[in-house]
Amino acid sequence: MAAKIDRLKAREQDPKVRAHNFEEVCYGYNAQEALQESTRCLHCKNPRCVQACPVGINIPEFIAKIKEGDFAGAASVIAVDSSLPAICGRVCPQESQCEGSCVLGIKGESVSIGKLERFVGDWSRENLPVKATSAAPSGPKVAVIGSGPSGLACANDLAKLGYDVTIFEALHRPGGVLEYGIPEFRLPKDTVVKHEIDNIVAQGVKIETNVIIGRTVTIDQLLDQEGFKAVFVGTGAGLPKFMGIPGENLNGVFSANEFLTRNNLMKAFRDDYLTPIKAGKKCIVVGGGNVAMDAARTAIRLGADTTIVYRRTEVELPARKEEVHHAKEEGITFAMLTNPTEILGDDKGWVRAVKCIKMELGEPDASGRRSPVAIPGSEFEIEADTVIMALGTSPNPLIARTTAGLDQNRRGCLVADEVGATTRPGIFAGGDAVTGAATVILAMGAGRRAAAAIHAYLQSQ
Amino acid sequence: MLTSNICKMVLEAPRLAKAALPGQFLIVRADEKGERIPLTISDYDAAAGTVTIVTQKIGASTTVIVDANEGDSFIDVVGPLGNASEFVTMSPEELAAQKVVFIAGGVGTAPVYPQAKWLHEKGVAVDVIIGARNKDLFIYTDEMRSVCDNLYLCTDDGSFGFHGVGTAQLEALVAQGKQYTRVVAIGPMIMMKFATLTAKKLGLPIIVSLNTLMVDGTGMCGACRVSVGGQTKFACVDGPEFDGYLVDFDEAMRRQGQYKEEESKWLQK
Repeated sequence: MAAKIDRLKAREQDPKVRAHNFEEVCYGYNAQEALQESTRCLHCKNPRCVQACPVGINIPEFIAKIKEGDFAGAASVIAVDSSLPAICGRVCPQESQCEGSCVLGIKGESVSIGKLERFVGDWSRENLPVKATSAAPSGPKVAVIGSGPSGLACANDLAKLGYDVTIFEALHRPGGVLEYGIPEFRLPKDTVVKHEIDNIVAQGVKIETNVIIGRTVTIDQLLDQEGFKAVFVGTGAGLPKFMGIPGENLNGVFSANEFLTRNNLMKAFRDDYLTPIKAGKKCIVVGGGNVAMDAARTAIRLGADTTIVYRRTEVELPARKEEVHHAKEEGITFAMLTNPTEILGDDKGWVRAVKCIKMELGEPDASGRRSPVAIPGSEFEIEADTVIMALGTSPNPLIARTTAGLDQNRRGCLVADEVGATTRPGIFAGGDAVTGAATVILAMGAGRRAAAAIHAYLQSQ
Repeated sequence: MLTSNICKMVLEAPRLAKAALPGQFLIVRADEKGERIPLTISDYDAAAGTVTIVTQKIGASTTVIVDANEGDSFIDVVGPLGNASEFVTMSPEELAAQKVVFIAGGVGTAPVYPQAKWLHEKGVAVDVIIGARNKDLFIYTDEMRSVCDNLYLCTDDGSFGFHGVGTAQLEALVAQGKQYTRVVAIGPMIMMKFATLTAKKLGLPIIVSLNTLMVDGTGMCGACRVSVGGQTKFACVDGPEFDGYLVDFDEAMRRQGQYKEEESKWLQK
């Protein structure tokens, strides 16, 4: 029986300091801290954490390796199931997956699995060379559309099986949401993201950036003219939603996608990059998910006094608790049970305020959540010069529109079965393009299942 | 260089050249630190694998593009983006019935060229009006002459051709008895606004090509939103061409200026 010790909290940058910079918030564990935390794992016979992991990482096994001081061994254990440990260790919602299922969590605090995974990922990057495969891929050509989490996971598994994989990316840098969506202070790009993508390229995966499937070339052209035998569509959910209220096209109203893309992909926060960004002096972020937290925490770093406006209460916030906690520490105001009804402009067409209405929670809706109801006559104005809409995203219809036989559902998501087979043989799909906006790790899991299905499909051909 | 601040460039981009159609645009990023700049495609040659762009120095990143030398390469070129012009999908019968007049203004003259060329090659009647402030600012006149039936040049100051703006020339032509089935206007937003007012007066349908702000150009950011017929559209994926009657030009012009302050700060550096 392991000695009873408390879960070790990872060191973090001081909130007062970090609210003014884009350096990473959490420093993670060092080797000694990782060793200490690793001793807390009970190594259950039936590890519930593994079942709760969307990619099924052998968690007790890699933690055992850490305990032995064999960090390279721990990396090998994770590598069987995940190519992105330093990324997932940072952005996975562990509290509702592995850590949420940890036996220790029933009476006390779960093992800090995410921070341990991150430690292994970071240690590998700093200590292990990128392992290049010398053998040229011998298998058939497979096209992967989109270089986000699902595409990367799918490509990595297919490359390991010997397939000749090319990833097509519409933007100029690979990574999808890891690159344009999640900010630097949660997920450093040039170190963490680039390194894990480099590792996948070292497996023999080719990445072609600046290719928009459906415009530059179609799926049918890839299959008929370029010799690809199967296709995986992992194009995510990239179209922003707006509220449809008056004033949304005023100057100073942005989608969270625009705001974050300018800041993250285009590096607008750096003076030496040309892309401009406007956080304003008083910024209102509408929404309560992780993207809303990312947008608000970016705005405050750019110097704006920032308020998050959400129509339910703090309990219902869909964002991770950790993100909400960090946002509060950094000085972001939370205006709950508040819903914008109109954005008000000045005489030049710039935002000057947001008209909101107070809400209360009514009866539970079909999803079981109590739905917010407006309180009549409770309208009030909040002064603002920028408004960021973080209301969720939906899949881009371009691929479905330009590929015959690929069905979409009412929400614009591609129709695919549990292993990713779409309505057209040879074309597979997974991640947000199928489910609508979800998490990095669920997309990776879908990418892995589709890789296995593509392998089975091509072997049966 | 076509004028002191407008430059024509031929880019090697085989996949893009093969897929491009009149009316579409591309996005170019000059170097690692540059913006993604949307530019309407001015010509394409699938066999040579090249596309042509014409750029005017406006802000920081366009200055970097215009100042590039022959043989230089841009770090990123992506496209084609947006929808092709409506006539590309017309049946031969529909096309044969068309008599199109283009009104081109400033740097917007270049993207008129592939549209006129496409129609001219199909035997469709095409007239082109090019407007410029003075005679030194015309671009693409020789190229345009070879792909249209009649080319009309006009200058604001009367230094060459018709004395007046392009829309006045259109009114004059219609008064002379010229008949058109549609107007296509490409140029500065203010010019397209007035071209639309003129077309309305003449009872002619008009298509305009909107050069809004964009980041990704694929529908992700929504920076390019415009009100068209009271609905919000994304110029990048729903356009870039729209029915001029339905476009809220005043809003579009206001939205174009959203980053003016940041631009001028950079230019003063």
